[in-house]
Amino acid sequence: MNHRLKASQYAILIAVMLTASIGDALLSRGMAQVGAVDLHHLGLLWQALFNPYVISGIVLLIGFFASYMTALSWADLTFVMPATAFGNVVTALLSRFWLHEHLSPYRWTGIALIVCAVGFVAGGPSRTEHSENSHGLDMMDSGAAGL
Amino acid sequence: MTASTSILQTWTAIGGVAALAILGEVLIAGAMRRLGDLDLVRERSGLPGAIRAVLSSPMFLAGALCMALNFFGMLFALSIVDLSLAIPAIASLTYIGNAIAAKIFLHENVDRRRWLAVLFVSIGVVLLSH
Repeated sequence: MNHRLKASQYAILIAVMLTASIGDALLSRGMAQVGAVDLHHLGLLWQALFNPYVISGIVLLIGFFASYMTALSWADLTFVMPATAFGNVVTALLSRFWLHEHLSPYRWTGIALIVCAVGFVAGGPSRTEHSENSHGLDMMDSGAAGL
Repeated sequence: MTASTSILQTWTAIGGVAALAILGEVLIAGAMRRLGDLDLVRERSGLPGAIRAVLSSPMFLAGALCMALNFFGMLFALSIVDLSLAIPAIASLTYIGNAIAAKIFLHENVDRRRWLAVLFVSIGVVLLSH
């Protein structure tokens, strides 16, 4: 078990880290410009689709899903998970340096812990090697086919 | 949390949403593992072929259904549980549950390094919400 990642695969993981948090931030900013949506003003949702921040946010979130699934096709779920968690760190740093919000010592500690977690996992192999069609996957597949 | 929401209701909602997220992520991860490296699939059959391969996997579709139910479950949970409790609790339970489910169902080698990462991420997410 010793899968080393290629440069393009590291780029996919960086995309996983960045796209979700930046996409959420763009959606949040766009919806703030559009205004509060309620049952009597559902037309605002249509209007939101023409807001450049909302459009960019949706594109980035589609990019997140595509890169996340690509990463899962060559890496373990427990390898990719800390990369998705790193999105929380990006959001916190964006709020500190872009929106100039205050970060408490608790949040800085949280950022440090998640960075350490990414470091732990990144130093190890990305994929567990075992025979194809393992029993666990077969059980889930038969369950999924029955849905 | 509203005054009428009991501790049992609160943690049932949090546990239910986390369980759907875990089921969805493990099913999607299992489907992707079965399909193999998507970069290679795209090289062989182009982007439409790769999208077709993903969308024709029952395991992926079941996972996507769970993620959709997770989204609506999250909306319900947020209507009865405080945001400051719901988000970090669901995120932490999901990370820990994913690691356990990945070990049991995907047979991933979750060594000490990965368990430590799961623990750090779970505590880190809780601290970030403060």
